[in-house]
Amino acid sequence: MYTQALNDKDPSPAEDTIEDPVLAERFQSRIDQELRIEANDWMPAAYRRTLQRQIAQHAHSEVIGMQPEGNWLTRAPTLKRKAILLAKIQDEAGHGLYLYSAAETLGISREEMESQLLTGKARYSSIFNYPTLNWADMGAIGWLVDGAAIMNQVPLCRCSYGPYARAMVRVCKEESFHQRQGYDIMTQMAKGTAAQKAMAQDALNRTWWPSIMMFGPHDSDSSHSEQSMAWKIKRFSNDDLRQKFINATVPQAEYLGLTIPDPDLKFNEETGNWESGPIDWDEFKQVLAGNGPCNHLRLSTRQRAVAEGEWVREAAAAHAAKQSARATNKEEAA
Amino acid sequence: MSVQQALIDYSLRLADNANVLGHRFCEWSGKGPMLEEDLALSNLGLDLLGQARSFYSYAAELKGDGCTEDDLAFLRDANEYKNLLLVEMPNGDFAVTMLRHLLFSAYYLPFFVALSQSNDKTLAAIAAKAEREMAYHLRHSAEWVIRLGDGTEDSLKRMQDAIMVLWPYTGEMFESDEIDQQLVDAGVAIDPESLREQWHATINEVFQRAGLVEPESVWMQTGGRTGVHTEHLGFMLAEMQFLQRSYPGAEW
Repeated sequence: MYTQALNDKDPSPAEDTIEDPVLAERFQSRIDQELRIEANDWMPAAYRRTLQRQIAQHAHSEVIGMQPEGNWLTRAPTLKRKAILLAKIQDEAGHGLYLYSAAETLGISREEMESQLLTGKARYSSIFNYPTLNWADMGAIGWLVDGAAIMNQVPLCRCSYGPYARAMVRVCKEESFHQRQGYDIMTQMAKGTAAQKAMAQDALNRTWWPSIMMFGPHDSDSSHSEQSMAWKIKRFSNDDLRQKFINATVPQAEYLGLTIPDPDLKFNEETGNWESGPIDWDEFKQVLAGNGPCNHLRLSTRQRAVAEGEWVREAAAAHAAKQSARATNKEEAA
Repeated sequence: MSVQQALIDYSLRLADNANVLGHRFCEWSGKGPMLEEDLALSNLGLDLLGQARSFYSYAAELKGDGCTEDDLAFLRDANEYKNLLLVEMPNGDFAVTMLRHLLFSAYYLPFFVALSQSNDKTLAAIAAKAEREMAYHLRHSAEWVIRLGDGTEDSLKRMQDAIMVLWPYTGEMFESDEIDQQLVDAGVAIDPESLREQWHATINEVFQRAGLVEPESVWMQTGGRTGVHTEHLGFMLAEMQFLQRSYPGAEW
């Protein structure tokens, strides 16, 4: 999940041409040897910007991603499910924090990143622009959305940029737990009453296509990822990861007795792959362009939370300033 | 009333307090004034939901009629809920939420400390765990009340307004009835009145550091412990219980 930024074109590449070729060669050679780049190491400006954008977008996705699940938290059907869901949403806030910190090591402040999110300049994963309409969506998000995220994120644990790679190790461990709890909800719903099974199928119908779009455009249409591959930020192509996800997921849906909403889905004996029907990229583009069913709601909810918290942050800062002034006065008096 | 019945009612009151207040913290999810605080508010909610589960499970076990923690949480109507009115008060702004939690945790910490010595082994064990959690809750809410009281003019006004809203709901914490008395006599429960002095000392200290003023004489509201609630609880339960009510018998 959340790696959409790799498919975006770097907006200001002009300044890169004046970089020192010796440094650039040394940098690439370290990457080729699978050595990690650390915060204080020299790096090309475009590498820095690409990572700033990707890590910030990943952080924003975690933060915005709290909303679709928060939508069902107060209606969770049992105390155990409610506690698990609250803990999961809390993990997402935690991931947002680690990732903002990882991005800060690249010289961008959290305030700046947050402001880019709130003004609509920065993106977050499109998957969160879809609504959660029944309880089984909590299962489908864990199973499919977190499942797709793991496919994308496990390779990021070996990303060439050290702080990001290390943050991803912890994130992936938690995501893998999230996926299991999501599948557990789906299992319970699929073996439940007719109404519950219908909710599970409905959730799968709505989540399937957006989740396979999470891997980004087809390789043939994704011309911006070669550089990220060379930098070892990205290690597998969109289509390879998508195929891996579909192959893993189809048998899981069969086990649940649910139908994947793709009439063209078929197994290719030769390749051993489940081949999907055509993906509706127009829908993907519309959601990216801001026209998804929840784009406005997600952003305005976040804007409102930040605006409503402003007086609290101001008060905390004012109190801290008073405390430090008092401490100084005390020292001077002594 | 049998001791057994009193113990069921007592456990349910404690379970309802934790469940209702835990739900209020769930309502904050994703809306905290900063991400760090979102994490903290979720922690508070998780502790309370955990306490609710322990007390409901114990009540269900004592009832012995095959009901579960979820039957007790999701299938009782507002008049059967026996929580303090304080915990069902709406979140309001962050000042109201933090003050509500200070007022509650300054009472619940010494309450659990005392209850951990109960003759009832299960209550004592739940209380021993909850006591450690509540110490953190008290510290966190007290720090915020001090920050907000001693922050800006606006935050001070919001805190003082919050006190006016919530203070009338503090008296109920110290009430006791036949259920409490019977269990106090059996060495099982805590006499709420015995906690008043310590509660007041804690609140006083925090208010002083925060530059906040305690109201002089206020009429105290009551009713939660006997099932006569504010209008707020019905809406909370309507939302909380929706799936269990709409799909009876389903397992989730």
